[in-house]
Amino acid sequence: MSEHVPSTAQASQAERAAAQETLRHSVTTEAPWVRGVTLAIALAFLGLFLILPLVTVFLEAFKRGVGVYLSAFAEPDAQHAIKLTLLVAAIAVPLNLVFGVAASWAIAKFRFPGKSFLVTLIDLPFSVSPVVSGLVFVLLFGAQGYFGSFLKEHNIQIIFALPGIVIATVFVTFPFVARELIPLMQEQGNTDEEAALSLGASGFTAFLTVTLPNIRWALLYGVLLCNARAMGEFGAVAVVSGHIRGVTNTMPLHIEILYNEYNITAAFAVASLLAFLALLTLAAKSFLEWRFGHALAGRGGHGGH
Amino acid sequence: MSLSRFPAPSVIPGFGFAFGYTILYLGLIVLIPLGGLILRASDIGLAGLWAVATNERVAAALKLSFGTSALAATFSAVFGLVIAWVLTRYRFPGRRLLDAAVDLPFALPTAVAGIALSAIYAQNGVIGSLFAPYGIRIAYTPIGIFIALVFVSIPFTVRMVQPLIAEIDRELEEASATLGARRGQTVWRVLLPPLIPAILTGLALAFARAVGEYGSVIFIAGNLPYVSEIAPLLIVIKLEEFDYTGATAIATVMLMISFSVLLLINLIQAWSRKRFGYV
Amino acid sequence: MLGPSGSGKTTLLRIIAGLEFATEGSVFFGAEDATHLSVQQRRVGFVFQHYALFKHLTVADNIAYGLKVRPRRERPPAAAIKRRVEELIDLVQLNDLGRRYPAQLSGGQRQRVALARALAVEPRVLLLDEPFGALDAKVRKDLRRWLREIHDRTGHTTIFVTHDQDEALELADRVAILSNGRLEQVGTPDEVYENPASPFVLSFLGDTARLPVEVRDDKVFLAGEALDVAVPPGTGPGKHDIYLRPNELTLTEAGTGVPGIIASVRRTVNGRRAEVRVAFSDKLIELDVPPGADLNVSDRIGLKVQQARLFPSG
Repeated sequence: MSEHVPSTAQASQAERAAAQETLRHSVTTEAPWVRGVTLAIALAFLGLFLILPLVTVFLEAFKRGVGVYLSAFAEPDAQHAIKLTLLVAAIAVPLNLVFGVAASWAIAKFRFPGKSFLVTLIDLPFSVSPVVSGLVFVLLFGAQGYFGSFLKEHNIQIIFALPGIVIATVFVTFPFVARELIPLMQEQGNTDEEAALSLGASGFTAFLTVTLPNIRWALLYGVLLCNARAMGEFGAVAVVSGHIRGVTNTMPLHIEILYNEYNITAAFAVASLLAFLALLTLAAKSFLEWRFGHALAGRGGHGGH
Repeated sequence: MSLSRFPAPSVIPGFGFAFGYTILYLGLIVLIPLGGLILRASDIGLAGLWAVATNERVAAALKLSFGTSALAATFSAVFGLVIAWVLTRYRFPGRRLLDAAVDLPFALPTAVAGIALSAIYAQNGVIGSLFAPYGIRIAYTPIGIFIALVFVSIPFTVRMVQPLIAEIDRELEEASATLGARRGQTVWRVLLPPLIPAILTGLALAFARAVGEYGSVIFIAGNLPYVSEIAPLLIVIKLEEFDYTGATAIATVMLMISFSVLLLINLIQAWSRKRFGYV
Repeated sequence: MLGPSGSGKTTLLRIIAGLEFATEGSVFFGAEDATHLSVQQRRVGFVFQHYALFKHLTVADNIAYGLKVRPRRERPPAAAIKRRVEELIDLVQLNDLGRRYPAQLSGGQRQRVALARALAVEPRVLLLDEPFGALDAKVRKDLRRWLREIHDRTGHTTIFVTHDQDEALELADRVAILSNGRLEQVGTPDEVYENPASPFVLSFLGDTARLPVEVRDDKVFLAGEALDVAVPPGTGPGKHDIYLRPNELTLTEAGTGVPGIIASVRRTVNGRRAEVRVAFSDKLIELDVPPGADLNVSDRIGLKVQQARLFPSG
């Protein structure tokens, strides 16, 4: 190593370049083989645990041809399940949408003691098992529940009927819209609304013309997630529905019945609709993040803080 | 500035309506129902809860639920870290697609995931058939439960850690290199430690979710009492038998543990913020 | 190394450290060619503008880091590392702060930890990248003096990157001035100040005014009038620019020297400075007002140019 001369011969130029190439990579990234192995592990894991189940749904659904696939939806029970699922989502999502806007308005635009506790309470349904979410309503409205005899006297059916399914769905999807809006509206502050008010707008006008445009993408985002969960909820709905075929069966419950009857292809056919909905949700979510990333805040997981 | 007025003075209107509606709706949908559960649990009493929790079948289910959840959450945390690293630091074709796919367990209904997993891991399934010749059964055993819980817990660590990895200051890595650290040492001693609070938070959230998971597990679990029967399923069984007390007791134990986990998360974050100035 | 932002000084520093690589040329440490050495092998001490301290490690652990990551056979025993860390904490005057975390320190204290961390590995060369750039003026000044002391005491070869002319001239034994990726001049602070090699160096080191002049018959003509100043040896005839420094102009009686009118007089922390509109041109020239001189706006004055700093124009 002692005979280094500043001028380098042409022959070693390529070696030099190669040596520098490896040096360059060593500073802030891993050696190429480490990167290769890490990437392979990640891809294998994601492929095995995420992609394979998704592909399986569609493969199993179309295993016996398009005819058999379509015949699964000709069933009156299947059609009823689809209608019921749409109906439940159509009630639950708007309810939580209105709540989400009201809650984020109160929390983001004002300062008051106990605010962070309120946020924790709103997040509560996320940390409750779906089965327990169903259970709490059975304990209230079930035959032996607190209001059980009252409801029976007045002939009101909540558990094992549509109201129970809706209320359990509202419970499990409760935080979605609010938790997308709160961080965003906190970040945006009050200046826009204050400007609108100072220009003579009424509070409601300011909300419609200033606040709503500011939060519309996050609102859409929250609604998408809320809807996906509302249509796909299984545990909570299973507990309150009573599994009455053609009456209180939503799509996920119908899948369970078909699967337990060994009607595998039909089960996967119905499942493929929900999987397609999930894919649409993810696509829309990715598009919103990519296109309007700046207009969405707190983009952690659903369980993130 | 005093907070004696509620809320603090502001020119923005609508607090009364928004706050009132929030509290009313929160109370009706969340607080009263959960309060009912707590009321029912207090009727049973601590001794009663203990009696149910130590019942052999219930204890086996709780042990299975918490054990497999802990394993699955840890497993997902380790791989989640690798996935988060790859998705943020490496550039490769299909990266955006995979990044979107990480949220699949949040978007895919649990029942759909459940039947798909059990089809894959059943003895005649794509993967199940690879293990069947060696006498290893995956579906309808605790291994199957573990697989389903890994599926639901994947996104938590990835999504907790990803933003932190994206924000890593390259100068830290360079400083470490100028001080003579090899790349492995830099990753282990400089880059990884600041991620630990986020990893633990993700792990705890994944654990809480896995313990309560129902839909994706019951199809693949086999649901044999004492062997592959998870606690949420036992709640459903008790309810079908109209044993409200038993169901309430199991639910209460699960809730207490979930809330302890949430408390733990907050403690981790408070500690981290105080000591290192970051979460 | 001194230069405006974007002049390439940080890139050059990073190439010396081995954090970046030149497309051509070599890096030598003394007689040793370090071009092919990785950043780890080069053993440089690098101090970053934003400290780059490890937030999860205490001050002492940050300083010990470079010693602890050495391969086992080169690593000093734990007791020796501890002793070395204590010495360094002492050297950078952070006594009693060894167990604190970086988040609990002020900016100046953090930068001292960063320096101690870089010194711990006994670097062959100490590289400082605008180390005081993120600090306020008062702290900068204190740290400057303190850094000079440490340098004199430890004797490490040090390369200090800055865009602050005062900092460069005050701290350095030799100054390298960069512009647009090119080295303009290297020399002692006196050399580069007294004999700037290019118009860029001249105008970068302090305020100057530039006026077009012509050199012929060994005289300098400003708007046709000969100036009472010697032409520097080696200056050929033809069009030139003359660069005037505020402290190289003498105030004379009106009617002598270059005639001008005072356009404004301002107070600065170092004295008073006047702007003079020169009669032959529309340009404003800055001038340090001597103490006691009574100058008012619109006064007619004369200026004597002490030194002709000439560069061919264009």
